[in-house]
Amino acid sequence: MALDRDAVAHIAKLARIRVPEAELDTLAGELSTIISWVEQLDEVDTDAVEPMTSVVAQRLKQREDKVTDGGYPDKILANAPESVASYFAVPKVVE
Amino acid sequence: MSRLTDLTISAARDGLAEGDFSARELAESHIQAMEAARPLNAFVTETPERAIQMAEASDARRVKGEALPLDGIPLAIKDLYCTEGVLTTAGSHILDGFRPPYESTVTAQLWRDGAVMLGKTNMDEFAMGSANVTSHYGPVESPWRREGDNRALVPGGSSGGSAAAVAARIALGATGTDTGGSIRQPASFTGIVGLKPTYGRCSRWGIVAFASSLDQAGPMTRTVRDAAIMLGSMAGHDPKDSTSVDRLVPDYEAALTGGIRGLRVGVPAEYRMDGMPEEIEALWRRGEEWLTAAGADCVPIRLPHTKYALAAYYIVAPAEASSNLARYDGVRYGLRVPGDSVDAMYEGTRGEGFGTEVRRRVMIGAYVLSAGYYDAYYLKAQKVRTLILKDFTDAFEDVDVILAPTAPSAAFAIGEKEDDPIAMYLNDVFTVPASMAGLPGISVPAGLSGEGLPLGLQLIGRPFDEETVLRTAGVLEDAAGFDARPPAIPGA
Repeated sequence: MALDRDAVAHIAKLARIRVPEAELDTLAGELSTIISWVEQLDEVDTDAVEPMTSVVAQRLKQREDKVTDGGYPDKILANAPESVASYFAVPKVVE
Repeated sequence: MSRLTDLTISAARDGLAEGDFSARELAESHIQAMEAARPLNAFVTETPERAIQMAEASDARRVKGEALPLDGIPLAIKDLYCTEGVLTTAGSHILDGFRPPYESTVTAQLWRDGAVMLGKTNMDEFAMGSANVTSHYGPVESPWRREGDNRALVPGGSSGGSAAAVAARIALGATGTDTGGSIRQPASFTGIVGLKPTYGRCSRWGIVAFASSLDQAGPMTRTVRDAAIMLGSMAGHDPKDSTSVDRLVPDYEAALTGGIRGLRVGVPAEYRMDGMPEEIEALWRRGEEWLTAAGADCVPIRLPHTKYALAAYYIVAPAEASSNLARYDGVRYGLRVPGDSVDAMYEGTRGEGFGTEVRRRVMIGAYVLSAGYYDAYYLKAQKVRTLILKDFTDAFEDVDVILAPTAPSAAFAIGEKEDDPIAMYLNDVFTVPASMAGLPGISVPAGLSGEGLPLGLQLIGRPFDEETVLRTAGVLEDAAGFDARPPAIPGA
């Protein structure tokens, strides 16, 4: 399927990536090429095939539901571009 | 004595044990090599002080008779592994300044066993690439050159800095990660050994995630034995990664002995692709002859869904990447581009922080997962993946290991293939199927192209049968007798 400029702008919005207007057409061309190329999978009959959920046959391990880590907000916040007290700070969300 | 940087890990281990040189001397030689090789751009961060500190601690342990399995061995670490207090970038602008407050499980195990960290190696941004040209920190140059042509070549990718460092004698070994071929393809391009273990063999905890159902850590070394030694330290169950498998780590080095008499080796017809250079076909046939001469039976096998693996991969991997990379939003670490609202900050940060290849893949991923397209693309790809795994499972009823080329070409020049994403994706046509099936695979340097560049052969094994893969790789290595050295080792 060919993706047009508007479709690409919509996908960029979904992915929360700002794409300059001037790049939308180029990107539409590139993404369309990739999407048409992967559509070769339509040749494969998958009617009676289960989708893969785990590549290695193993049961997902479970552990006791208890806190085993934490208690060091300073370490957690050390890389934050902006923090206030023990919180990450972001632009105002609610007026 | 030959230069310390020319040693293998196993020879360095012996030399250290016999007191021929100290861990400090070994570290210093490699630090000098790292400085001399700066034009290759193989490292994002050099950590010479830490290397000396770790080497001195290693010497002190040895004096006390407490030497560890990898004691004093200088290694380079792909910049996808979180290293406590040391800049970790994943080759991306969006992780500017990120110093993890924790250590990845695999690197922690290497340090537990005494290894020494030289630095963090350059890589394709978020491990997305096959030429190490998508890094925010610039492309890595391979130490190899075509005969009579001084143009800089790519080392392959995404673990290109690690591959260049090992090939150029800057490190005795390096860690890589492999999602669709990112260990094996650069190993093939640079004439070294690269092993992608079975999915689940090594913990992914603390490794920056690209595609979580495919990512796997592995060693990059100059010999098969060295890969076995490193894997022994890297592998093992980790409660912090629920997909890491709880089974014994065998003695991989011991698995190298015993020969391959009677081993059944599958040669998949589907890997003989149109337009493949004749010299790669010839090398593949020579590989069959070498294994046959060592007593193995090479038999043709069929892997009918091979041709669809790459297309399925380019749905599954971007889908998982779009989900994993959602965390880079300018809130908790790395780059933040200010905005009037939270959304404006997210969009600005991600617009500026991601390079063009990462942006393409995240957007492809967002598209194939979006409402109305999920079944047509993502679910379809996961069904095809089931068929790819079934091909291998059926083949392994008859054979013990599979022999194929690693990559469809030798290394190319920096700048080539950059304007056509799909031409770049085709580099991984022989490595992606094993990745989609979670299987162990190794690339062994097996010969030179007509232009004097390394070419690798690949062996693919049953799940968790790294031992057979390594043993067979050792036979290939002996028979090939690959002893070519890159012509452009800086400082040599």
